[in-house]
Amino acid sequence: MDPSRKRTIRLVVALSAAVLLASALIYTSFTASTEARSPSQLLAGAVPGKSYELTGKVAEGSWVKRGAVNVFSVRDREGHKSVPITYSGQVPDPFREGREVVVTVTKQGDRWVGEKDSLVTKCPSKFQTEAPKT
Amino acid sequence: MLTAGKFLLVLALVLSAYGIVASVAGARTANRALVDSGRRAVYGLALTLVAAFAILEAAFLRSDFSFSLVATHSSTTTPVFYRATAIWSSQEGSLLLWATLLSLWSSGVLFVTRRRVREIAPYATAVLCGFATFFVALLVFMESPFQGLSAVPAEGVGLNPLLRHPSMMIHPPMLYSGYTLFAVPFAFAVGALITRRLNADWIRTTRPFTLAAWFFLGIGIVLGARWSYTELGWGGYWAWDPVENASLMPWLTGTAFLHSVMIQEKRGMLKVWNASLVLATGVLAILGTFLVRSGILESIHAFGASTLGVPFLTLIGVMILASVYLVVSRAPDLRSDSRLDSFASREAMFLLNNLVLVAMCVIVFWGTFFPLISEAITGEKASVGPPWFDRAIVPAALLLVLLTGIGPAIAWRRATVANLRRQLTAPVLVALAVLVFVVAIGATKPTSMLLFVFAGFSLGVVAQEFVRGVRARRAMAPESVPVALVSLVRRNRRRYGGYVVHVGMIVLFVGIAASSAFQKSSDTDLRPGQSVNVGGYQLTYEQPTSAVVAASNGRLERIDLGATLRVRRDGKDVETLVTKRSYFPSMDPTLGPISRFFEGEATSEVGLRAGLLRDVWTVISPSLSGLRGRIEEGDKVFEGPGAKLDEAQRQAFLAQALTGLADSYRRNPPPATFRTIVSPMVTWIWLGAIIVFLGGLITIWPAPRASQRMVTAGYAARVARELGRA
Repeated sequence: MDPSRKRTIRLVVALSAAVLLASALIYTSFTASTEARSPSQLLAGAVPGKSYELTGKVAEGSWVKRGAVNVFSVRDREGHKSVPITYSGQVPDPFREGREVVVTVTKQGDRWVGEKDSLVTKCPSKFQTEAPKT
Repeated sequence: MLTAGKFLLVLALVLSAYGIVASVAGARTANRALVDSGRRAVYGLALTLVAAFAILEAAFLRSDFSFSLVATHSSTTTPVFYRATAIWSSQEGSLLLWATLLSLWSSGVLFVTRRRVREIAPYATAVLCGFATFFVALLVFMESPFQGLSAVPAEGVGLNPLLRHPSMMIHPPMLYSGYTLFAVPFAFAVGALITRRLNADWIRTTRPFTLAAWFFLGIGIVLGARWSYTELGWGGYWAWDPVENASLMPWLTGTAFLHSVMIQEKRGMLKVWNASLVLATGVLAILGTFLVRSGILESIHAFGASTLGVPFLTLIGVMILASVYLVVSRAPDLRSDSRLDSFASREAMFLLNNLVLVAMCVIVFWGTFFPLISEAITGEKASVGPPWFDRAIVPAALLLVLLTGIGPAIAWRRATVANLRRQLTAPVLVALAVLVFVVAIGATKPTSMLLFVFAGFSLGVVAQEFVRGVRARRAMAPESVPVALVSLVRRNRRRYGGYVVHVGMIVLFVGIAASSAFQKSSDTDLRPGQSVNVGGYQLTYEQPTSAVVAASNGRLERIDLGATLRVRRDGKDVETLVTKRSYFPSMDPTLGPISRFFEGEATSEVGLRAGLLRDVWTVISPSLSGLRGRIEEGDKVFEGPGAKLDEAQRQAFLAQALTGLADSYRRNPPPATFRTIVSPMVTWIWLGAIIVFLGGLITIWPAPRASQRMVTAGYAARVARELGRA
């Protein structure tokens, strides 16, 4: 076969493969993604049974541990609207009231249920809000 | 000392800016003295930054709380080792570490190349100084580590307890060494493109630095994973967090570059690809630093309220634009010297390996930045989780493991059927034996089975290479097998060190596949005497433990609540595991002295039985509900009559009250939640990493012939100079 024709065929095959793979990547990411919501956005409208990635702060005085079940509310970073979450399993070590968290939740009836092992608490090592004692 | 520190940073800024000007002006006017002066400015920069770093380090070691950074990141109760390493737990300290490491590596490479690649080096010096100027400017104008406190506190906040783990304290310097070392090949690539000196000289010259970057970044990634597994209390080692991904991306492209440069060195091919890869790796290294500091993506690691996003974005923009311009404008000079003869060749396999590694990087990049991408496209912020990453990465990882075997086995240029049969028969037989074994032990997950089979094939190839090499040596000289093996590796460190790296990577992949596919876990509430069965093991909560721990200076450091668990398998005692949760006091003065201990940071200490076949991992989450009443009561006592006590009496009573609480927990333990995980072959991940790094060391270590050449060349140059003088 003519070498230039061979090169063209190779290029077309390689580009087609790349386009196919890229399309698969884009399609799977959009279909598998979880929408990110703040508590006030979630309260404004959420489809029952659908998963959302809830981002906010753990509301002060809201965390109660009942055996392996943790109940806490996530509030807006700036604001007071909050969503009560029932979360089964271990919470991460840095988890505290007032800390920023990200958790995947689903509305089940009137309750918001956190997906097991989806709770992420921002590493407090980088927070410098706590002042030293003088 | 604060003023001295600030002065040194300003001096560093002047030196780095001078380095840019002198190097570029020297290169443009062919003024050797000016070029040398630019290089010496980098040495001066390194000295200055080391001195600034030493001042800050000394302040941490002597707990000098007049330094704001020391007061907010250390305390007198912080153990000395962690006080010494607390410097990089802050934004400012870590930026200073970044700049210091960059200046040290830059000095190293410029010293090594002071008589080599003379046309390229001045531009590389300017690029390295450009990076240094950027980071030092951040330290001078935005995030100074030398801020003072007008009122010096009696005690500091202390290092975050989660970071009090040996591997966590070595992890940042390793990562930063990786990132900063990748600036070296980036700088020399830019120099080579500017001067159009695009043969393999700059690649050979910077190769030890590129390898070291890959090596250190890899160590940093593994140490972070190990810390996560043993310290964070969730039982995993990788969460596809944006900051983890940020360190993985340059490592992937760096690995691709280390493979593809062999094609350029051997056949003069893939010049555009190599230049693009190394430039992309440099950009990704800065992107990693940007992701941690910008707060642009939700991450467990991100610095809280950072303002560094815009400067970093500007730097990344400049790097990308300059890189694209240089590669496009030099395209005619980057034409390959030869063409790919056949797809059945080592070149083609290396290219395929590169494409897989770059594809993995693209997947990680896409997933990491998906929240921004989806917001830009749909207006809705959405993210992909670990299952998406796993699904997308696993096929690529399988292909990579297979290529790890095929690459070294196949001939350069064009492989014949006879060559393929000779090279692949034994490894294919090993792969079939592995297949029979995994079927026999009842493995059913197709991806895991494929990975084990491909791993067997690739290990077979490496073993075959070593066996043939040793045989060849023994045919030439009467050497014993161990001696022949050592001399084989010594005489070709790059090739055989590379094979050792392959073995390590395969072991690591097998560990990841087995531990993620066959893991068993349980979250259970237990009272003393109760048991849980997980993955064939029975764990019995034997007894609660508690302790009040004081630091070496007598101050109360923490209270520990934990448990001992008996582990049994098939009715036989296997191990006794100890797990605990340590509660460190908050510095919030509005909290009561007792409740302060339960409102601060808490860390889990994992009970771990690590084994070659499986790990039994458990962590306790004690219930504090039974102690709440006593805690509140204690706080009231300190508010009332306790308010009249002096500090020493207060400390003594506090110790007494906390000891009482600890005793009460031991006497009347409430049910505690235990997370228990039985994971097969996690140890293989750490073993694989050790093998990878041993292989990396072999490849980085200068070959005896190379050292000899350097000595001989140095001697020849001196003789020539002396002859010239005579």
